[in-house]
Amino acid sequence: MSRPIIEIENLSKRYQLGRIGSTSIRDELVRRWEGILATVRRPLADAGSTPSSRDFWALKDVSFTVQPGEVLGIVGRNGAGKSTLLKILSRITEPTSGLARLRGRVASLLEVGTGFHPELTGRENVFLNGAILGMTRAEIRDKFDEIVAFAGVEQFIDTPVKRYSSGMHVRLAFAVAAQLEPEILIVDEVLAVGDAEFQKKCLGKMREVTSNDGRTVLCVSHSLYAMESLCSSMVHMDHGRVVAVGPSAEVVANYVRQTMEPSAAAEGSALVDGLRLSSLCFSPEPAIAGRPLQFKAGLVATERTVVTDVHLLFYNTFGMRIATMDLRQESGPYVLAPGGHLDFQGTISRLPLVSGSYRVGLYLQTERDHGDCYDLLQIEVSAAPTRPGLVPHAVQFQGTTVLDFQFERSGG
Amino acid sequence: MIPKPPPPDPAAGLEIVIQPTRGWRWFSWRELYSYRDLLWLLARRDIVARYQQTVLGPLWYIIQPVLTTVIFVVIFSRVARIPTNGVPSSLFYLCGQLPWNYFAQTFQSTSNTFLANASMFGKVYFPRLIVPLAAALSNLVALGIQVATFFVIFALEKTGPRAGTFHLHATAWLLPLALLQVAILSIGIGLWVTALTAKFRDFAVLATFLLQLWMYASPVVFPLTRVPARLYWAAAANPLTFPIEAIRQMLLGAGTPTLPLFLISLGTTLVLAVGGALMFRRVERNFIDVI
Repeated sequence: MSRPIIEIENLSKRYQLGRIGSTSIRDELVRRWEGILATVRRPLADAGSTPSSRDFWALKDVSFTVQPGEVLGIVGRNGAGKSTLLKILSRITEPTSGLARLRGRVASLLEVGTGFHPELTGRENVFLNGAILGMTRAEIRDKFDEIVAFAGVEQFIDTPVKRYSSGMHVRLAFAVAAQLEPEILIVDEVLAVGDAEFQKKCLGKMREVTSNDGRTVLCVSHSLYAMESLCSSMVHMDHGRVVAVGPSAEVVANYVRQTMEPSAAAEGSALVDGLRLSSLCFSPEPAIAGRPLQFKAGLVATERTVVTDVHLLFYNTFGMRIATMDLRQESGPYVLAPGGHLDFQGTISRLPLVSGSYRVGLYLQTERDHGDCYDLLQIEVSAAPTRPGLVPHAVQFQGTTVLDFQFERSGG
Repeated sequence: MIPKPPPPDPAAGLEIVIQPTRGWRWFSWRELYSYRDLLWLLARRDIVARYQQTVLGPLWYIIQPVLTTVIFVVIFSRVARIPTNGVPSSLFYLCGQLPWNYFAQTFQSTSNTFLANASMFGKVYFPRLIVPLAAALSNLVALGIQVATFFVIFALEKTGPRAGTFHLHATAWLLPLALLQVAILSIGIGLWVTALTAKFRDFAVLATFLLQLWMYASPVVFPLTRVPARLYWAAAANPLTFPIEAIRQMLLGAGTPTLPLFLISLGTTLVLAVGGALMFRRVERNFIDVI
């Protein structure tokens, strides 16, 4: 194994809660005075490192190394410290303690189009943005035609960017960034720019850069599976600490397993006359498109009830009913004594829903009453990994259902 | 699977070490120099953006000082009857405004560095000092146009009845040096203010207010010779007194720069600039966390 290109040792970053944001001189003087009093009262304590309950560690003892040519993804929930880590490695803010060594030219892309000025023309902004990202004017001049062609804004290159559509703006900004040739590239959420066509182009470019040019990339994205297809290895962070480091598939599987907690509906909700909900849950949570999904549903009778019909109902976020599950059996109807339970459990063998949020309800019919019970539970469905090396299209292009299919190919 | 070419040898490049810094640090000149292209491009951006979508464009660089001069002539010369060392009052005020306007503009843009660029500084690293330096550079355009305006009025007055009261002094070639001192001073003080405002917004208000007062404490609308003897120490302590008087001597032969004034002014300028730079360095490390 060669010398790591990035070495991170015990990197920590502390924020002092309540002190983030600008203060007034008065507050600061009061705080200083209190600090002095505290030191005087406890002369033996080291005033500088007094731990405070208001301290918040955005990063705590983060250590890992990255080999040259590696594409490393960082996954974790919001607030796990991913962005703080990228900010420190990009030298935007300093760590509180610890050390990081970066061996090579670093370019960080925490945003596309940093420093773009609306009054300047596309051409002027390309040069300015390139220089901000650390390119020299000569380098930008060499790549200028490529940048403009990649963004597809040849006609408008001498127009002020304030007249650009937002799509053109983003494309031009990304095109500049795509021409960076650092040894280390730090990327935050850039997969989320432009339309689907352009996203594909960007990801193609990213892959080209990483696999052909052997560049080292550190990236963060909320699109877990896009990252899985790009990154060779991953770091899983939680509450500012590193939970796991390893090959992408392993870390992602682990991450998904950890966030899998069955979601359950409020117990005891009144349904139709004489029936209450005792349980309704799905696992895994989030559900994964095209993968098995287990369900449990339970009813409890408040009085003697004959249940003639039970259906599970699925609604999308627009409130449109998209699927139902018929839970009647030939042996029905189900007769319940007061306090009697009726429980169903089973598996949807391949969940045919694309990623998104869905609401689950019940349709119930008894001898006395019937009706739809909406909004008993919300489930999240996340996208399944695509074939290795492919990137899924954004969900708005995927339709509503996931088809289960096989295919063969000839030619091509 | 495409075979991977050997990755670039990391040992060949530079090594960046990121760790908390303690105490005071000075700038890396080499790093600043490596970002010289950015310096030019930012200065260009400031110039282009400033008068974009204005009808008169750079003409404002002429209109502003000329109108100010007209007002000064009316108020300070005609109404208050403050003498102007025998030279035409229009030239006297225009000359005083050259260093003062450059000082005020550069000070204002520098003192706003952190607040105005927070979003950019939060996304990408480059030596932050580039931004105030670029502002100082872009303000040279306005200064150049004002110097040209000055010489146009200068030529007009030379054809008038008071042609004999003023002349270009032999030291006029030192003008760039005097302006360089003004530039260093304005950036230096601006760095203090921006470092302090990153944490305390109070200083932004204070600075705007002080700047207004400062003009009247500097010999812009009155000659140093009219300062009462018991207040002379105050005028001498003002680091702007020397460059304003020196420029007036260079361009009109009507200033009174002295060696003690020069030494005080130079010393104050250097102390303020070095201190401002150190403060700025100290704040730039983590300001994004507090802004």
